[in-house]
Amino acid sequence: MFDQNRNNRLPNRAGLGYKPQHYAEIMDNAAPVRWFEVHAENYMGQGGRPLAQLRALSERFPVSVHGVGLSIGGEGPLDPEHLARLKHLCDWLNPASFSEHLAWSSHDSAFLNDLLPLPYNAASLARVSAHIDEVQETLGRQMLLENPSSYLAFEASDMEETGFLAELAARTGCGLLLDVNNVFVSATNLGYSPQSYIDTFPLDKVGEIHLGGHDEDKDDAGRPLLIDSHGHEIADPVWALLDYTLERAGPLPLLVEWDNDVPEWPVLAAEAARAEAALTKVPA
Amino acid sequence: MSQKSFTKALLAPDLPAPDGLNDGHGAPAGKRFAVYRNNVTVSLIDALEAGFPVVAKLIGAENFRNIAREYLRTEPPASPLMMLYGKGFAAFLARFPPLAKYAYLPDIARLEYALRESYHAADHTPLAPEALGRIAPGALADVRLVLAPSLRLVVSPWPVHALWLYNKREGAPKPVAMAQSVLVARSGFDPEPHLLPQGADRFIAGLQAGKTLGDACESAPEIDLGAALGLLLGTQSISQVKHEELP
Amino acid sequence: MSKLIKSAAVAGAVAAALAAQVTTASAAEKEKCFGVSMAGKNDCAAGPGTTCAGTSTVDYQGNAWTLVDEGTCTEIELPAMADGEMRKGSLEALDRDLPA
Repeated sequence: MFDQNRNNRLPNRAGLGYKPQHYAEIMDNAAPVRWFEVHAENYMGQGGRPLAQLRALSERFPVSVHGVGLSIGGEGPLDPEHLARLKHLCDWLNPASFSEHLAWSSHDSAFLNDLLPLPYNAASLARVSAHIDEVQETLGRQMLLENPSSYLAFEASDMEETGFLAELAARTGCGLLLDVNNVFVSATNLGYSPQSYIDTFPLDKVGEIHLGGHDEDKDDAGRPLLIDSHGHEIADPVWALLDYTLERAGPLPLLVEWDNDVPEWPVLAAEAARAEAALTKVPA
Repeated sequence: MSQKSFTKALLAPDLPAPDGLNDGHGAPAGKRFAVYRNNVTVSLIDALEAGFPVVAKLIGAENFRNIAREYLRTEPPASPLMMLYGKGFAAFLARFPPLAKYAYLPDIARLEYALRESYHAADHTPLAPEALGRIAPGALADVRLVLAPSLRLVVSPWPVHALWLYNKREGAPKPVAMAQSVLVARSGFDPEPHLLPQGADRFIAGLQAGKTLGDACESAPEIDLGAALGLLLGTQSISQVKHEELP
Repeated sequence: MSKLIKSAAVAGAVAAALAAQVTTASAAEKEKCFGVSMAGKNDCAAGPGTTCAGTSTVDYQGNAWTLVDEGTCTEIELPAMADGEMRKGSLEALDRDLPA
C-alpha cells in the first residue's frame, strides 16, 4: 500500500483524465494540471506498464479513481468479483477519491460498455442505495456518484434526477460528482433548464466537477440531440454553466475529460488552463 | 421496461425500442434509443479494432467492422475489463464461413490476443543468468525453470510470425507458406513476438508444464537447446530455477 | 537418450546460452521503456481501454453486408482452403515443412 500525504484529497484545482500517450509530457511538466483521474477498469490487469505508470503518477499527483463498469444502477446484484478488484485497486493505490456513475452497464453475463439509463422512482432508489452501501462498506471509504447524460426518459420515473441524487446522498452518505456537461446535454435533450437543475442540485454534497465536450445531432422531430462524446473542446454554454455552478457551490476540483480523438498535450493543457481561470473568478 | 428487454434491443438492430421509454417531449424514444444502441455497437467495434489491428489490416477496415459487429452481438464482453475483450474472436473467425479462404486469420487473432495478455500480465524479477551457471553441470538436466507470467506460446501451421511482421514493420518480406511457432515474451513492458526455432515450442510447452530441462528437451529431440535457452534468457523470460538439491 | 548423454547435452547448451548472453541482455535493456512514446513505436499491445463517453460516429446498424476486396490479405499468396477437405489437404502439404 502507498503511504503518501499528497494523495489524500483532490485539490480545488484543474485536473485531467489521464491518457498514457501523454506520460512523458506529464512527467516533464504537467502545468496547469494539478491532479489526474483514471478509469478503474484500465488498471485491473496483473502488471505491466499501466500499473507501473499509475504508481509513478500517484507519487507525483493526487489521483482520482473513476469506475465505469460497476453497474450500480443494475437490476441484478453487484458483481462480487468486480467489487473485489475495485477494493484491491483502492487498497493498493489509496486514491484521493473514488467515483462511479448513476447508470447500469451489465446485464446477466453481458457487459455493454455504455452508461445506460434507469427510471427515477422508489424501486430504483432502494436498489441503488443498497448498492452504494455495499460499495462504501467494501471499500471502506465514501464514494462519489455522477449524474448521467440522458438521451431519453422513462414513463416509470416519478422523481426528478436532482431529487433522486439528493435522496441517495442522504440515505447512503455518499458524495456526488457533478458533471456540468452531462447537465447541459440532458437538459437540452429532455427540454428543461440547466440552471434550474443546478438550482435544485444538492451542491453541498459535491466533491468533484466534470467537464467534457459534446456533439450535436437532431432527433426524429428535428429537436437538438446532444451526444456526450468527450471528443471536443468544452462548449461555451457549458463553461457558462460551470461559472453559474461555482458561484453557488464555491471552488471545487474540476476535471477535464477528453476520451475520443484525444489531441496533443497542449490542447488538453489549454482546456485545463481555462478551468483554472474559471476557479480564479470564485471567492474561496 | 426491464433491463433485460433494454439489453436485448441494444444487441438486435431489428427490434424496436423497448416499451416505456419516450423522448422527454411525449413522443416515442425512436432515435434517442438508437443513441445507446450506437454507443454500444461503435464502442465495442472500436475496442475490437484496437485489440486486433493486424487482423483488421489483413481484411481491411470495412470488412473488419462488419465482422466485429456480428461478433459483438454474438459474444458481448463478459466483464468490464475491456483489456480482455475478444478472447473468443479467433474461434469466431474460424467458424465464419466467408473467411474460410483466409484460414490463417484465427491464428493471427490468437497471436494478437497473446500479445495483449502478455502486456497486462504480472511483472516478475528475471533470473540472473549467472544463477544457471552456478549449478553443477551434471545437475542441470534435473532442474525446472519457472517462466515469466507474461510468456505466451502460439503454435500454428501458418507463417504467423511473417504475417504479423508483414503487417507491422515496414519493408518486412511477404510471407511464404510454412508452419511457424511464436514465443511472445515481454522484457520490460513491451511484448514482442519471437520466431521459435524448430522444436522449441514443444520444449517451452514442456517447461511450462513443469518438466525438467532434460525431459522438456527430450520431447523435442531435434531442438537447438542452446538457441532456445538463449532466447529465454535474452528475453528475460526465466523467473526462477528450481532444483531439489538447492537450498 | 541415455541419462548421461542428456545431462551432457543440457550442460553444453546451458553453457552456450550463457556465453551468448552478454550482447542479448544489453539489447533487452534498451527495450525497457517506462513511458510509451518510444520513437515510432505504438503501444498497440495495450489493446482497448474503457469509455465513459458516447459516440457520434454512427454505425450502420444492420446485419446484412458483403465482404469487399480489400486489406493486405489480397496481396498474400498462401494456399487457399475453401472447406474442411481442402484445408486438410493443404495442411498436409504444410506438414512437410514441420519439424520431423
